[in-house]
Amino acid sequence: MQAPSSHASPPDQGRRQPWGRWSLIGIPYLWLVVFFMLPCLIVFKISMSELADSGIGFLDMVSLQDGVWQLRLKFSNYTFLLTDSLYLLTYLSSIGYALLTTCICLLLGYPFAYFLARSSASLRPLLMMLVMLPFWTSFLLRIYAWAGLLDNNGLINQLLMSFGLVTEPVLMMHTPFSLEIGMVYVYLPFMVLPLYANLVKMDLRLLEAAADLGAKPWTIFRRVTIPLSTNGILAGSMLVFIPCVGEYVIPALLGGADTLNIGRVLWDEFFNNNDWAMASSVAIVMMLLILGPMTWFNRIQANEHTKASP
Amino acid sequence: MKPSLWGKRLSITWMLAIYFFLYLPIATLVAYSFNDSKMVTLWGGFTWRWYAELWNDRDIMEAFKLSLQIALISATLSVVLGTLAALALVRYPLFQGRALFSSMVNAPLVMPDVIVGLSLLLMLVAIQKTFGVPERGMMTIIMGHSLLGMAYATVVVRSRLLEMDKSLEEAALDLGAKPLRVFRRITLPIIAQALLSAWLLTFTISLDDVVITAFLSGPGSNTLPIVIFSRAKLGLNPMVNVVATLTVVVVGGALLLSSLWMARQERQRARDMALAWKLETT
Repeated sequence: MQAPSSHASPPDQGRRQPWGRWSLIGIPYLWLVVFFMLPCLIVFKISMSELADSGIGFLDMVSLQDGVWQLRLKFSNYTFLLTDSLYLLTYLSSIGYALLTTCICLLLGYPFAYFLARSSASLRPLLMMLVMLPFWTSFLLRIYAWAGLLDNNGLINQLLMSFGLVTEPVLMMHTPFSLEIGMVYVYLPFMVLPLYANLVKMDLRLLEAAADLGAKPWTIFRRVTIPLSTNGILAGSMLVFIPCVGEYVIPALLGGADTLNIGRVLWDEFFNNNDWAMASSVAIVMMLLILGPMTWFNRIQANEHTKASP
Repeated sequence: MKPSLWGKRLSITWMLAIYFFLYLPIATLVAYSFNDSKMVTLWGGFTWRWYAELWNDRDIMEAFKLSLQIALISATLSVVLGTLAALALVRYPLFQGRALFSSMVNAPLVMPDVIVGLSLLLMLVAIQKTFGVPERGMMTIIMGHSLLGMAYATVVVRSRLLEMDKSLEEAALDLGAKPLRVFRRITLPIIAQALLSAWLLTFTISLDDVVITAFLSGPGSNTLPIVIFSRAKLGLNPMVNVVATLTVVVVGGALLLSSLWMARQERQRARDMALAWKLETT
């Protein structure tokens, strides 16, 4: 993944400090295997396990019966997930909300990041810090804050009514609208940061060359700026889309009771229905859904790193 | 290329609008926390009442203490593990299983919290069934937060390691310093700032997490976000506004202090460099 750098460590360094090498790689590796890989495998196993007759615990997957090893896998959770229209709709609706959020964040965030990157160099650190500041204050509290604004008695409705624009409060809380506002609000910085990092590095001489050759500002933006910032757009979109798909807190606080959302379904299956096997299957399908974009994103990042290192 | 007047106006308006969007909710929370009215959103005059009541709110105070402990421990653990992982990834570009390692480090960044929480809990249950330990509580929450925090810490530390000048370490090694000493005397001071930002980042992540905590907490181990979340689900609550205001004050203050500190470090370094040049030329 990394290009061998000109000042690579002497080849005997690894042998000289086998202990250091062992602990550097071994400790985090072991930690991740125990606390990340193992739990994922357990989820996978439980998603295909049969509930014991007593209703508590699961039957052993592999059993020895009459001298024959038997492997029992239960796929019914998956077939149910794939055939039940409510589950399908839930997945589609989650992906739909995530896509919509990504698009809105891009529409709002791209011009914003562009203007940030073109503002005067002395102002930029302050402007960036102002973008990061909300990000450091509690995510949960910022979502909750929208409840105070969008509520029937909230600030926005009070203002609308006092200006006489509406006679009775507009219903905004617990609707797709409030959910979407919350998602865009939380994930906008995730879009702005990679876009800004990309746009601020852009070679402005390319734009000047286009202008010298007679291109109009809008044409330059469309034909030069946007294509040059493709990597930033992709990175930002992934950073918004992926977490949006599995979001739980925003739909729980701002979404309506009938807003379909995978994160909430998983939560309810686990905490309310106590159906661990179903919750696990939902989790596995969700993982598969984001695996595609995830590998894609990792590849983009790997490319960036190779480009960044000399 | 000179931006046109029209372009300049558009850019200022757009930026102001976005900043307004980003800060409006925070500003209303702060304002409502001083609101002397039973109805949270109707203005009834200025009061410090809710702040006094917060002091007597046992649930919130206990939860805050627990959250603080968890965040302190898990941020430290995350930074230690993240630094090890980042060093492993940067210093050993070729080792068996590196691809798996690197994707496992990054996975918690993109994995939905519900899945991370669910999978850790199911593993805990499995372990509990065989060994009888551990009980769900503070330790298990720390475990979950450190897993998530480690991923973030690795990203921060790794990017610093990638951009640092390796020849300094090599010079020290060539002069006969032991690797551990080189790490302590050369590498650590260079990446110290990255370690601090990684620590602050993982600290806030831990202090803020709802979903993983909900899966991993046992009876009696409610963190602050869990208490806030359960109150917020019931509707608007003046106590939550007070907590929010205090958070904003603390975070704003901490950011201000840390940026001042970093600016001072930067100036100090510039002075040292200038001094070094002068010594060299005379």
